[in-house]
Amino acid sequence: MSPRKTPALTSTHIVYAVVLVTIAVGAVLVGSAGRNFFSTGNISDILTGTSVLGFIAIGQTLVILVGSLDLSVPYVISLSSLVAATVMANETGNILPGVLAALALAAAIGLANGLIVSGLKVHGFIATLGMGLIISGYLASNYKGSAGQTPLAFRLIGATGIGPVPVSTLIMLACAGAVLLLLNRSRLGSHMFAVGGDLTVARMSGIKTRVPVIAAHVLCSVLAGLAGLLLAARLGVGSPTIGSQGGYDLLSIAAVVLGGTLLAGGKGSLVGTLGGVLIFAMMDNIMSVLQINPFLKDVVRGVVIVAAVAVYARRRTLGRPARFSDTTGPAGPPDTRPERIQKDTGVTA
Amino acid sequence: MDNDVDSPAGSEAVLRAAGLSKSFFGVPVLSNADLTLFPGQVHGLVGENGAGKSTLMKLLAGVHQRDSGTIEIAGQAVDFSHPTQAHAAGLSTVFQEFNLLPERSVAENIFLGREPRRGILTDTRTMQARTSELLAELGVSSIRPGSPVSSLSVAQQQIVEIAKAISYDARIISMDEPTAALAGPEVELLYEIIRRLTSRGVAVLYVSHRLKEIFDLCDIITVLKDGQVVGCHPASELDDAALVRLMVGRPISAYFPDIEPGTAVGEVVLRAEKCGNDQLDSIDLSLRTGEIVGVAGLQGSGRTELLEALFGAAPFTRGTMELSGVRYAGRSPREAVRRGIALITEDRKSEGLSLNQSILDNALSVVRSVFPSRNRKARAGIPAMFSSLEVGARDLSQEVQYLSGGNQQKVVLAKWLAVNPRVVLLDEPTRGIDVGAKLAVYQLMRSLAANGAAILMVSSEIPEVLGMADRILVLRDGRIAGTAPPESTEEEVLALAAGVRADQEASQ
Repeated sequence: MSPRKTPALTSTHIVYAVVLVTIAVGAVLVGSAGRNFFSTGNISDILTGTSVLGFIAIGQTLVILVGSLDLSVPYVISLSSLVAATVMANETGNILPGVLAALALAAAIGLANGLIVSGLKVHGFIATLGMGLIISGYLASNYKGSAGQTPLAFRLIGATGIGPVPVSTLIMLACAGAVLLLLNRSRLGSHMFAVGGDLTVARMSGIKTRVPVIAAHVLCSVLAGLAGLLLAARLGVGSPTIGSQGGYDLLSIAAVVLGGTLLAGGKGSLVGTLGGVLIFAMMDNIMSVLQINPFLKDVVRGVVIVAAVAVYARRRTLGRPARFSDTTGPAGPPDTRPERIQKDTGVTA
Repeated sequence: MDNDVDSPAGSEAVLRAAGLSKSFFGVPVLSNADLTLFPGQVHGLVGENGAGKSTLMKLLAGVHQRDSGTIEIAGQAVDFSHPTQAHAAGLSTVFQEFNLLPERSVAENIFLGREPRRGILTDTRTMQARTSELLAELGVSSIRPGSPVSSLSVAQQQIVEIAKAISYDARIISMDEPTAALAGPEVELLYEIIRRLTSRGVAVLYVSHRLKEIFDLCDIITVLKDGQVVGCHPASELDDAALVRLMVGRPISAYFPDIEPGTAVGEVVLRAEKCGNDQLDSIDLSLRTGEIVGVAGLQGSGRTELLEALFGAAPFTRGTMELSGVRYAGRSPREAVRRGIALITEDRKSEGLSLNQSILDNALSVVRSVFPSRNRKARAGIPAMFSSLEVGARDLSQEVQYLSGGNQQKVVLAKWLAVNPRVVLLDEPTRGIDVGAKLAVYQLMRSLAANGAAILMVSSEIPEVLGMADRILVLRDGRIAGTAPPESTEEEVLALAAGVRADQEASQ
């Protein structure tokens, strides 16, 4: 009846070990190019790189935990940037209405996604693919290029920082903190894990199983909306292609998976996701500094994602501790064993 | 319907169900069933698979809604549309399939859906403290509230299920095959827990296929057959034979069929020498044609691992094996199947069957994937095979998921019979199936042996091993602790498995 020891090394540990390795590799490579990886400017660059993907990956973590996916995020980002920029129309007084309008629209899209997934039982992959296409079609037919303009005060959010830490990254981390609290210390968070882990168990425990799914989709869309706002602040305008150019749908899913969250749902860690985002941001930074061909960047990203998931998959199959080893058994080499067992299996005859 | 059970002196029935009926897709699965539970009593519910036991439990628990009939709890008429309403009324159910989330902690599982809160946040400390109290009530100290359920043994998970059930302040707990996944000493622990519950006045509804447990535990036994209550008697008025007669409606003279005439133990088919891997060590065994060898051992002793190693699913990393005198590497299941080895796995739903494929596709899956050239011939033989196995199904195109456990197991067997294996490895072949289907499995094993197959059967039910095997290998901690003859007693085998000093008695 002794409980099996839980593995001390969780996937989150591995992610942060990789983060450290990336830092070391970055320091060497960037140093060899005659630059300082740890300079304030470079750190600021890396952290800026984490913020947009960070927002989206936090939301994507929630959606994946409940056993769904969100492929509509790039279009929500574009739409959010356009709505914000056009409502603001370079008027400082319109910042709040612009932000609220963008986030409300994002929330509505998330609600629609959540209702389709939980009510109509369409898998998140298909539901959000469809939603993404709908928004994409709307954007393509209504916007020929960038539109609206964000006022200077709003643009500052994308440009200022406290020391090397950009304000946008701080907002992202604040969101992460709130979501972390939600996941680990609230009923809703607990129920998200439950619904993604086993829908039947969740239902039998009296959980209204649609609520966590809908909540995850709404939060994911709102976070994508925040990413859109940040991009609008950086660009100064709204853009119908800013989301899809970034490839944020697949990249965010990759960051979540790299962070150790099970694609099937029910198991994962937001802290791991943030590690995944950081790894991607550092890889981007290193490769930019080294002026590596952008297409090669994708090759490197691809290799990292596949390698990471391969490592997790291997860990999962090695769930059970070994009782005997080939070289040294617990009580001496195995080929001396038969003599020590009194009754051989023998043959009845 | 006879109903000669009186209420125990001075106690009112805590649950009274009358005339319960339920049909699925027009097929009646339960008709006009009555059930009365009294506080502090264990009420056994027995019957073959498909007799309606699980349906009855699920009606009481609010998982399914009854078509007709009444349910009263403590004199109040109730009508549950969801298990949570049953919980609120003091009735909780430990279902056969675990209702636990493996990645979440013990405490999180027990309080899932009703986590204690302080402000808007969950109160983890209270949750863990109350979990500890619940486990202490059950007399269990080995489980930590913060451990993930996936790190617990099957028996511990079962305890967590029970803790979850009593955490609703249940006056009635129904348990569906709670020992299906437990071995000897763990069953004892469950008995102890049930005694604690009844001493507190809880009424327990206990479903099991293991008659020994029914007689060990139950005060009253209700027998279901084909969806109807065919008897409700105090346990003291029944014995094994009478109970089995009620269940199957026909006498089973010998529970375990005799060896078929013409069965001869012959040449060694499979031989393993000094084999081992990370779970097993010093495995020496030989299986002969026509022989049934049993494998006994406690949970975690390496029983399943032994079968998986012989089958190449988790191969041996040292030692040598021979099949009919020719070297056998045992590197992959495909190699094993090619060489004539079959493995009937313990978990038929996830490892033995494609649940949403037809009976026919399941039965031919091994032939098609390993011996495609034999497909046509095997296909032709399938209908005859299924009628001889007495599979209760509409037709061969029916999806396997709609069959009862016993019939699903027959499909698994058919899948392997279709390739005529020389060596048949069976892992808990009768787990969770009814008496009739068990008998069919035993008879099939006998006829396979008569046709010259070598059979290695793992079972945690020692009487089954003793009743079927020509000799019994007892595993302990990944090694063969000894061989027991079929005349051994259950205690001798258990002693050998547990490593208590009983080696002499159990030796040949």
